[in-house]
Amino acid sequence: MSKQIDIKDLNIYYGDFQAVEGVEMQIKPRSVTAFIGPSGCGKSTVLRTLNRMHEVIPGASVRGEVLMDGSDIYGAGVDPVNVRREVGMVFQRANPFPTMSIKENVLAGVRLNNKRLSKAEADDLTERALRGANLWNEVKDRLNLPGSGLSGGQQQRLCIARAIAVEPEVLLMDEPCSALDPISTLAIEDLINDLKDKYTVVIVTHNMQQAARVSDKTAFFNIAGTGKPGKLIEFNDTSVIFSNPEKEETENYISGRFG
Amino acid sequence: MLTTSDTTPSRSRSLTSKQLPKATPWVIAVASIIVAAGISFLGLGRFSITVTAVLAGALNAIAVFAISAAYEGRRKAVDRVATTVVSSTFVLACVPLISLLWLTVSKGGAALDLNLLSRTMLGMKGILDQQYVAGEAGLAGGFYHAIVGTVLITLAACVISIPVGVLAAIYLVEYAGKNKLGKAITFLVDVMTGIPSIVAGLFAFALFSTIAELVMPAAAGVAKTGFTAAVALSVLMIPIVVRNTEEILRLVPMDLREASYALGVPKWKTIVKIVLPTSVSGILSGVTIAIARVIGETAPIMVTAGFAKTLNWNLFSGWMSTLPTYIYDSQLRPVSPGDAAIASSERAWAAALVLVALVMILNLLARVIAKVLAPKAGR
Repeated sequence: MSKQIDIKDLNIYYGDFQAVEGVEMQIKPRSVTAFIGPSGCGKSTVLRTLNRMHEVIPGASVRGEVLMDGSDIYGAGVDPVNVRREVGMVFQRANPFPTMSIKENVLAGVRLNNKRLSKAEADDLTERALRGANLWNEVKDRLNLPGSGLSGGQQQRLCIARAIAVEPEVLLMDEPCSALDPISTLAIEDLINDLKDKYTVVIVTHNMQQAARVSDKTAFFNIAGTGKPGKLIEFNDTSVIFSNPEKEETENYISGRFG
Repeated sequence: MLTTSDTTPSRSRSLTSKQLPKATPWVIAVASIIVAAGISFLGLGRFSITVTAVLAGALNAIAVFAISAAYEGRRKAVDRVATTVVSSTFVLACVPLISLLWLTVSKGGAALDLNLLSRTMLGMKGILDQQYVAGEAGLAGGFYHAIVGTVLITLAACVISIPVGVLAAIYLVEYAGKNKLGKAITFLVDVMTGIPSIVAGLFAFALFSTIAELVMPAAAGVAKTGFTAAVALSVLMIPIVVRNTEEILRLVPMDLREASYALGVPKWKTIVKIVLPTSVSGILSGVTIAIARVIGETAPIMVTAGFAKTLNWNLFSGWMSTLPTYIYDSQLRPVSPGDAAIASSERAWAAALVLVALVMILNLLARVIAKVLAPKAGR
């Protein structure tokens, strides 16, 4: 239950402005891939093209191919809704649905996709997803309370539970720990390690230690200057990127000699 | 090197300063009112509320400044005067509201009874009012028909304008983006907000007259129905509903929509299941504001539904009265001329009280609903 992603000559535009240029990448199933790079270099944009979420922004468009196990998610007749059912996403800011309880939040994806669940199935899925997100023990006694009453780190794990409850093939995470304290961050990093047994995980992070800790492969993006498109500079095993990168630009960035 | 006390013993800045006791502003305010009342009494020879209020306001500001400046210093004195001015303005703003409510309750409450609420103007004659004024009988007549008319016409207006308004707002926020249709709708809604209500009434009447002419020629006046009035009110209501709903929908964070899309939920379902439930309390308060705005309309009802004297439950045929047109009619065309016209006036005040109560109940209801449906953030 996880897929390989092949990105071929991906160019991303916002209106006339080209945000990202010529990305080539192969993301293996059951691995964690980290995207690092300075702000505005297009790493979140690339991440959002992997489940066609960038289309939510008016005027955004894409040229190139993103193949999931060989089929192009930008091919003719592809419904973005179906793509997003295969590729889940966790956002920078935890965003549980405010009108729903913890349990309803976990089940939201399944219920809103027209699947009828018996009570036993719903209970079972809730427990599985919350255990999968390492949150079960903390919330099992208050499943019917609003999700917005949890702490920031718990809310983020609730969002992860919500994303894995629909059983996607791929899980995208856009700076999932940037608003969290070190302990919650640790909980989520542990979780990412567990998740890669089942899912293909792609994570955007500003924290290079985090990239080094959790990922198998790392992609470094950079931007030549304001108004220029972002580019993929180097994509390699995480150990190589952080010890012996091929490009000087990467070396400068990870060692803090940037700019 | 910066060291503490031993090198800078001379700089002993105090953190405490002189402060007037907490009750001082109140004492000054009461004293100002008493002094102002005294001056008014001595100067005019009688007690005048207006003169007292103006004098008391001025005296209070001067006294607060003088006392505070002498004791606490200039900065605090200015602060206290600013506080005084702001609070007085608030009191001033409340005066019309409270006096209006007081007048309605005292005048309307005196006349209001169950008879008025349960009777219509059926069989009303001037002689009955003359008997009432002469003290020979109770107040005759009533406005049950006007209450029914108000409720029916307002309900019909809601049935038309809430779906149209809310759906138009959803289109504007969720679908239109910056396209031309969206801009055109926004512009038209802005224009509609400014339409005088009588024009909306004339429009609805003209529209239904034209239709009536086509369906059954020479049937003049058949277009004057409660439903025509409801359409006229909808013209006034829709822009308010669109505006309020639009603002509320824009407050729903984009995060929530994205979270839903990322779960593979289609757009329409995201709107129905995520966006609307999150904003429903705000939408309902907006709708209530719109209802409160149109329930008191007089002019568009007069030209569309006429003035009914009797009960009419049928929105689609015959004249209807609402509370505002009943009040207008009673004041302008009393049942009995001369001294006995006061009876009509009393009925009008009672109707006004009922109308104000209806609006207030609506507002309270909206608050309760908003509170019940609002997203909970409890721990």
